[in-house]
Amino acid sequence: MPAQDVRELRIVGFLCNWCSYGGADTAGVGRFTQPTDLRIIRVPCSGRIDPLFIVRALMNGADGVLVSGCHPRDCHYAEGNFYARRRLEMLKRFLPITGIDERRFEYTWVSASEGQRWQHVVTEFTRRIHELGPAPSFNPKSDVDWNALAVQASQGQGCPCHGSIQA
Amino acid sequence: MSQLDDLKTAIKSRLGDLECVIGWEQGYDPLHATPLFIRSEADLDRLIIGPLAVHNLATYLTGWKGKKVGVVVKGCDSKSVIELLNEKLINRDDVVIFGLCCDGVVSQRKIRAALPADPGFVESVEIGADSLKVTVAGQAATLRLDDVRADKCRVCDTPDALVSDFLIGKAHTPAPAPSLKCQDEFEAKSDAEKFAFWQETMGRCIRCYACRNACPMCVCRDYCIATSRDPLWVSQENLPSENMMFQMIHVSHLAGRCTECGECERACPVDIPLMLLRRYMNKQVRDVFQHEAGKALDQTPPLLTFKVEEERINERGW
Repeated sequence: MPAQDVRELRIVGFLCNWCSYGGADTAGVGRFTQPTDLRIIRVPCSGRIDPLFIVRALMNGADGVLVSGCHPRDCHYAEGNFYARRRLEMLKRFLPITGIDERRFEYTWVSASEGQRWQHVVTEFTRRIHELGPAPSFNPKSDVDWNALAVQASQGQGCPCHGSIQA
Repeated sequence: MSQLDDLKTAIKSRLGDLECVIGWEQGYDPLHATPLFIRSEADLDRLIIGPLAVHNLATYLTGWKGKKVGVVVKGCDSKSVIELLNEKLINRDDVVIFGLCCDGVVSQRKIRAALPADPGFVESVEIGADSLKVTVAGQAATLRLDDVRADKCRVCDTPDALVSDFLIGKAHTPAPAPSLKCQDEFEAKSDAEKFAFWQETMGRCIRCYACRNACPMCVCRDYCIATSRDPLWVSQENLPSENMMFQMIHVSHLAGRCTECGECERACPVDIPLMLLRRYMNKQVRDVFQHEAGKALDQTPPLLTFKVEEERINERGW
């Protein structure tokens, strides 16, 4: 998605130093065309990524978060991405209950030589986020919204089983 | 002898070796129980058990680590004890477990909803086999225990303590409901509805951390990242997004560890149905790792380990 014809969205990428960051570099060196919405944060290993990094990014207004590390079995630290896989999968499965579209978060594996694959991943993910549009915010935008929220909160809409005795 | 008498006899037999035994006593009115720390035989007279003894006393165990204590647990609380043992957060030799065969506990929230007006101070409570007679300001109201039972008891498959030194009471054959209606209804909602729901409920959250403090698996105490200034995971602003962030921290730190004791939701002063999040996360853990926290000793929480080939995680193809 070139920047000139559409408004850019905020996509945060957490990339492991050894594979995916190298893969992104390879794509750059190979001069592959890529969308420009992604902001990359380089981390030592996908095992360094706390799923809460992703939640924090989404809460702070990111429209999408992409995580990429070494392919399983190829981790520079032998097993970091095995732990990461479990954590990230749990986060991805958990997001629907919060009402955050789980498609806004994706994790994948790209090696340092896979410049072409990196281009594909970034292009596809950015296209998906543009289809979803800007992410809604948990926070009210205006004073009117804040007042509406305060009224709602004071009335306590609550869980379906609260207030009634039948679960 | 009644279950209470049996329990008292058991506690009396071990009280000499222990710093204290944690149980329940009557709280500020006959409807509410409060934790009791039994240090002498005289304290034993105040001990109560039954549907009003709602607290999960396993919460206190990590605070007593290194000292020998006894704890009275229901079936659900015993799962928290098992999980603490599995994570080596407490030492089995230091804990004497008085396990109960539990008939279920009440939800104070449902009692409040079932009474005609806010009860305030309750004069007396009579507990029958399947009813609860509550007297407020001279007016008696009889509630069916089934109507005011806590949600977790409807789906409970472990009414009897799973780990214990003394198991007290008659064993049950559990007949849990397959799922909770409120959970199913909530999960069936659209993303937008769920988002709006959390926006509203998190707007109500006063971030008092009662949910965290009541949680038996929240053991970081002063090192909780939600209250640390560096790194600043959650800002001091009272925004729905910050409150939601705190809940996400709680849920993610409990992934694969939560025993669904329901203490977070019970402790919440603004009635946020936190168990919707917990049950959903546990369901995902069951689906992917076939793991249920606190069901068996010597299990490793799934997120503290891995398999090279995960059977139930599809590699993300692009």
